[in-house]
Amino acid sequence: MAEIAEGGSGGGHKGGKKRAKKQSTRIDMTPMVDLAFLLLTFFVLTSTFSKPKSMELTFPVEPPPGSPPPPAVKNGITMLLTKDDRIFYYEGEFRPKDDEKGPKTKLAELNFAPSSLHKYLADKNKWAQDEIQKLNDRLKKKEIPDTTHKRLVKEIKANKIAPTILIKTDDQATYKNVVDVIDELNINLVGKYVVVDILKPEYDLIQENLKGVQP
Amino acid sequence: MSKKPSKGGAPSLDMTPMVDLAFLLVTFFMLTASFRMAEPVTVDPPSSIGQITLPDNHIMVTVDKDGKLFFGISNAAAKTAALRRMSEKYKIPFTEEQIKKFGGLPSIGVELKDLPKYIDTPESKRMTFKPQNGIPLDSLNNQLRDWISFGGAEAVKIYNDAKEKAKSANQEFKAEKPRYAIKCDSKTKYIFVQDIVEVFTKLKIYQFNLITGLEANPNEN
Repeated sequence: MAEIAEGGSGGGHKGGKKRAKKQSTRIDMTPMVDLAFLLLTFFVLTSTFSKPKSMELTFPVEPPPGSPPPPAVKNGITMLLTKDDRIFYYEGEFRPKDDEKGPKTKLAELNFAPSSLHKYLADKNKWAQDEIQKLNDRLKKKEIPDTTHKRLVKEIKANKIAPTILIKTDDQATYKNVVDVIDELNINLVGKYVVVDILKPEYDLIQENLKGVQP
Repeated sequence: MSKKPSKGGAPSLDMTPMVDLAFLLVTFFMLTASFRMAEPVTVDPPSSIGQITLPDNHIMVTVDKDGKLFFGISNAAAKTAALRRMSEKYKIPFTEEQIKKFGGLPSIGVELKDLPKYIDTPESKRMTFKPQNGIPLDSLNNQLRDWISFGGAEAVKIYNDAKEKAKSANQEFKAEKPRYAIKCDSKTKYIFVQDIVEVFTKLKIYQFNLITGLEANPNEN
């Protein structure tokens, strides 16, 4: 900007305009610079760079009243979240008491430590993880285009062999617990999971387990 | 100007590039800055590996630690339109000025009957406004449902209008469809979220963005 003032001497040739050459046109830029830096500091400090991230989640459509109960899920694992960041789970169908199909449902416990929930899910979903890893390798070697890769990954995640996780919470579980579990499922590439309401017998079973009373 | 300015005085430094840069940065930050007012509640969301950024065009329900509900729409036009319809339904009059002012507010957590007073409260005192009990959700007075349905309908209408307009003018249309977001504190009991999800599903809205902080994905190392 200071050059503009200096340019006055050179510009005289082309424009043909006669200007007073002796007079200095240099202006004191200090206040302007001060202001510029003040504004710069203000905007730097107030601007937020990272937009909040989010997690997409789809909830099931409520079945119309009078419709038949949904068929039992294959390879289902039900996670019951409760207070103090505790997770109980059972595999397969819920059985309120012993019957000809099998014994009464017993809850096992997991927690949010990497050695517990993460390892459990990694074991359960090993098949899908391996398959997806193979696809990732093929994608890296450019054997398949990425659209095909995307489609195949989706197919693997929806495969019958892969487990389906039902997340249920009691009245003590926190939002963080739910998000953490879903996050863990995403990390472990579990494609089929849903957050649903807890059933009364399941709730009772949690309370029994919390008290430490094993029937 | 003489080539040698040092006549025994202070040496002069050419500040031009620095000033150029400073103004460039000022311009950049000024143009990228988006101003928003302080939210009425501080919420500390849990972190996740989710990579999807929150869409600009969103309708957001915020839940604080105690389960109080706050409602906000990012689009000011949709917000004012929703308020008009709420005012009509609940027979609570708002002045034009109040409606206009409401468009610039962040999320609100007061009942509709207290809203005119809340809007007229100066900004510095809004944080301590009483009663700020959150938006009611009970079956007799389900204001949250109405906010969501009116807000959602208006936001979609504005989106569609803009799309039509762009189409008729043969322009490229880039805006995003409005999305529903739930922002919630880590310590909130999940049952509160469940209630909100129920409100949404009754309105036949099944897909949400849960807002979370960022966390590294252990698989991508």
